Amino acid sequence: MRNYIIKRLLLFIPTILGVSVLVFGALRILPGDVAELILTGGDPDVVVTEDMKAELREETGLDKPIHVQYLDWIWGVARFDLGNSWNTNRPITRNLKRQFPVTLQLAVASLILVVLIALPIGMLAALYQDRWPDYLLRGTAVLASAMPGFFAAILIVLILAAGFGWLPPLRFYNLWERPWDSMTQLFFPAVALGLLGTATLLRMTRAQMLEVLREDYVRTARAKGLTERVVVTRHSMRNALIPVVTVIGFQVAVLLGGTVVIEVIFSLPGMGEQLVRAVLLRDFPVVQTYVLYLVLISLLVNLIVDISYAWLDPRIRYA
Amino acid sequence: MSTEGATGGLVLQSQQQRFLRPVVALWGFTRRKPLGATGLAILVFATVIAFTGSIIAPYDPFETRLDIALQGPTAQHWYGMDNLGRDVFSRTIIGTKVSLYVGLVTMLMATAIGLFLGVSSAYLGGKYDLIVQRFIDGIVAIPSLLLALTLVAAFEIGMENVILALTVVNTPRITRVVRSSALTILAMPYIEAARTIGSSNFRIMLRHITPNTFAPLVVVASAAVGSIITAEASLSFLGLGVPYDTLSWGGLLGGDTRQLFISAPWMAFGPGVSLTLVVFGSAIFADALRDVFDPKLRGR
Repeated sequence: MRNYIIKRLLLFIPTILGVSVLVFGALRILPGDVAELILTGGDPDVVVTEDMKAELREETGLDKPIHVQYLDWIWGVARFDLGNSWNTNRPITRNLKRQFPVTLQLAVASLILVVLIALPIGMLAALYQDRWPDYLLRGTAVLASAMPGFFAAILIVLILAAGFGWLPPLRFYNLWERPWDSMTQLFFPAVALGLLGTATLLRMTRAQMLEVLREDYVRTARAKGLTERVVVTRHSMRNALIPVVTVIGFQVAVLLGGTVVIEVIFSLPGMGEQLVRAVLLRDFPVVQTYVLYLVLISLLVNLIVDISYAWLDPRIRYA
Repeated sequence: MSTEGATGGLVLQSQQQRFLRPVVALWGFTRRKPLGATGLAILVFATVIAFTGSIIAPYDPFETRLDIALQGPTAQHWYGMDNLGRDVFSRTIIGTKVSLYVGLVTMLMATAIGLFLGVSSAYLGGKYDLIVQRFIDGIVAIPSLLLALTLVAAFEIGMENVILALTVVNTPRITRVVRSSALTILAMPYIEAARTIGSSNFRIMLRHITPNTFAPLVVVASAAVGSIITAEASLSFLGLGVPYDTLSWGGLLGGDTRQLFISAPWMAFGPGVSLTLVVFGSAIFADALRDVFDPKLRGR
């Protein structure tokens, strides 16, 4: 098991390198003078002199060849020296250290919530196949998944504000500082974020459960007189969950993209808001570093998901 | 369907019957997949609104009437007024066009590129295949909304660039599906037969492989539309999508609405519900198409 985890962690390196090349390349290779874009902010009425552009290029390292720029950046990332934001000229690390845990907590909370909601409901829908609980649960799930996360978030904030006089809190507490406050703060953003993943996972769980319930060993279990509860929990559930876990892994990427939007609405001080501002200001060092770190979160969560395979299916032994 | 023509089956049909065929097919689809037909109806309705929007919108969407700014829904203004006194109902109607246009054009572009890359990658194999696949692995590793954000940062803000960014994001999935289905087709005897009679590589790819990837292609492309529309709305909501002066549902939910929706929720309801409805419609329509085109999943 330990070897497997180490191997997987080592595999992060090529993936992260590939992603970094893509992100960096996308930001630099496209047409248009970056220096001019930054100085004018995309407004054609602003006049910029060549001197101003040259100064900015020197300041930001844009005058160096592109591969030197890339190597500078990636070497910095490897040493946790992320350079300065073009916009504020302050080290990126300072904000990132504060924001990274917020986004990670939101993503994990939402994933846990998705699993806690989708799996039991999916199984319930399977057990009541083609009867009204099944239709009701599935219909609700599809409708919920059609609702874009940010609109769901708006509705949740509205309900909370109208019903309980709740407003987005001013200060965020990490889980290890004030656990209860942190959890209540994260609960609703996590619900809004999780809606999309819930439906996919629920349908997958239902389909797998239906399949497993038709297996021979389930019939055998029933035939030898086991109670329905034992048949469902001991014989069917675990076997149905194995493919579902794979889908959970896929959902992680969707969740992480969603964090950006959800953080903005719930005013959570995560990486999302900063990333959006950086995109608007064309603050490339911030954009590329933040995207890289978000991909890293997604890889980490995926690894956790894969490790849980071994618990579900004793046949899988990671060597 | 050239074989039917050769046997004379089609020739014997009257003009009227030929006209009726799609109608009959549609009726059959409605009977077998009522939910899917509902989805299709929602999409058709939205398309009609998109085309006729500027005629049926009761007010000029940019006309400001500060005297009734932030007024709630009334008989004259169904969805209320925004903070500058503009009619939210008219703005929602005009905004329909952007969502559908971006969703459809992006889907078509991603399908075309994905089809080309998938078929060529499967057929040519070797180094070309390897490079294409590694490139796609890299794109897939980045959460799609983040990749779209990155690309938007590199481009300037504008509708064409949103389409371009979302095309890049959605192409890999289609490419993978097409490639894997093309690989199965490659092993079929009729490909060997085509090669034996001296068909060129190009002809085999175009006339023998491409048409046979159609079923999985329809399934994956139709499923993409909903997520493309959501992605465009998310970008516009963040102020990174279509420009501020182009009305779109995402844009209507973002901007000032983001600060004001607690006191003026009607600013968010119209565009938000419309968005949800269209994404819902395309999701259930895509589901029905999947059931029809993918026999393996039938009955699930």
